[in-house]
Amino acid sequence: MNDFSNALSTAFALVTSLDRDLFEIVGLSLEISLTAVLVATIIGLPAGAALALSRFPGRRPLIIVLNALMGLPPVVVGLVIYLLLSRSGPLGSYGLLFTPTAMVIAQSVLVTPIIAALARQTVADLHEEYDEHLRAIGSGPLQRMATLLWDGRFRLLTAILAGFGRAIAEVGAVLIVGGNILHSTRVMTTTIALETSKGNLAIALGLGLILVTLAVSVNAAAMLLGETAHRRYG
Amino acid sequence: MRRRNTKRAWRWLRLSLLVGACLPALAAAESITVASTTSTENSGLFEYLLPKFQADTGIEVRVVAVGTGQAIRVAKNGDADVLFVHHRPSEDAFVAAGYGVKRFAVMHNDFVIVGPASDPAGIKGGDDAAQALAAIASSKSLFASRGDDSGTHKKELSLWQTAGVDPAASGTSWYRETGSGMGATLNTASGMNAYALTDRATWIRFGNKGELVILAQGDPVLFNPYGVILISPERHPHVRADAGQAFIDWLVSPPGQTLIGDYRIDGEPAFFPDAIETPPTE
Repeated sequence: MNDFSNALSTAFALVTSLDRDLFEIVGLSLEISLTAVLVATIIGLPAGAALALSRFPGRRPLIIVLNALMGLPPVVVGLVIYLLLSRSGPLGSYGLLFTPTAMVIAQSVLVTPIIAALARQTVADLHEEYDEHLRAIGSGPLQRMATLLWDGRFRLLTAILAGFGRAIAEVGAVLIVGGNILHSTRVMTTTIALETSKGNLAIALGLGLILVTLAVSVNAAAMLLGETAHRRYG
Repeated sequence: MRRRNTKRAWRWLRLSLLVGACLPALAAAESITVASTTSTENSGLFEYLLPKFQADTGIEVRVVAVGTGQAIRVAKNGDADVLFVHHRPSEDAFVAAGYGVKRFAVMHNDFVIVGPASDPAGIKGGDDAAQALAAIASSKSLFASRGDDSGTHKKELSLWQTAGVDPAASGTSWYRETGSGMGATLNTASGMNAYALTDRATWIRFGNKGELVILAQGDPVLFNPYGVILISPERHPHVRADAGQAFIDWLVSPPGQTLIGDYRIDGEPAFFPDAIETPPTE
């Protein structure tokens, strides 16, 4: 297979030539996925913790649904957000379709259940460990939630990274709501799809290598950061 | 100690929130959205034309490249300002129904039938498109269809009708609908050594030809005209009519038409201007 060696040299050439379009696309990918993960974290962590600590009727079915939502198909999310944001849809007046904002919304919807479900599990496990301790110091529910989230922060990092992995790698949702517009909504995954469809397989594979390298780097950086912090402040 | 960490964490959270909130606001001043087809995008025409238009007018053009059928639906929903497609009957119906203001002829190229060099259906050198398709059907050779309601797909279906073959209904195993864009369909055809109908521009630019070559061309029914239409601002008041019409006027103006005629892919002309009398280059 000649394509693989071609892909390697293409990827190398793209990176070393400091291709402006490439940096724009990589930058937009990171910007959109990191923003989506931030939004999902702000919603998902408290929601997951609340679900772990509270007791109410219908809680178990809700947990099952939440866990199932981790596997939401991106194309379905993309289609639903598309219909909502279209000028003919209920939120059409904001004119958000085919903008980066629409892509952030779609990815947030995809990532929030992942972070919430994993956070719920983490907080539930911690709660079992610390229940007596928390009871002894007589803390209220909100304080409990905050304490457990804070104590589980290094484990929660994994949940957030799982969310980021999902966001940076998906193509179905951003392609539909973003429209893959050059210099506007074109990201790594949609570029790979486009170059594949042009028959430029080496370029597509080269971009794929860059995307995987990027994902590995972000994960490695986060893990190192977490471990360092763990050692210093444990 | 712990309190200070918490404080620091909050500061980071606030900062990242602020950055996150500002990012989507980085948009250009004046821009229009054009719903167009994969063939114009994949051929590289827009990458060539749009920077020149932006330099002339300062208007940024954002292209959403989908099949003609989907592009028309995007336009009907009001999610674009200008429609730029290639299926004349659909374009006329779009304007007649009041979704568009007026159709302008921009350019044309032609469709070609590509297939494996071994040519199991024996259509090589033919210039009757329907006859070629009939030969493909009777020899049960693999055929990769767009199957996506695009302009090329609509053209292909009308050719099958002329050939008197109903490839989809007869439960045929040689007829493969990819349901995707022109390039993706050519990738499939290349992988399966199948025949396919493609516009010439996408074909010239396509980088994964494998054993595929052009086998039949030159039939007048393979003529492929492109039209451009402003979405009706009466139906969709948010349409940027001035900027959209400026784009259309520029496309059909002598400078725009000359640029289209001068566009080359690998030294070959890809599109022929339709809005001015004489072809600009020979």
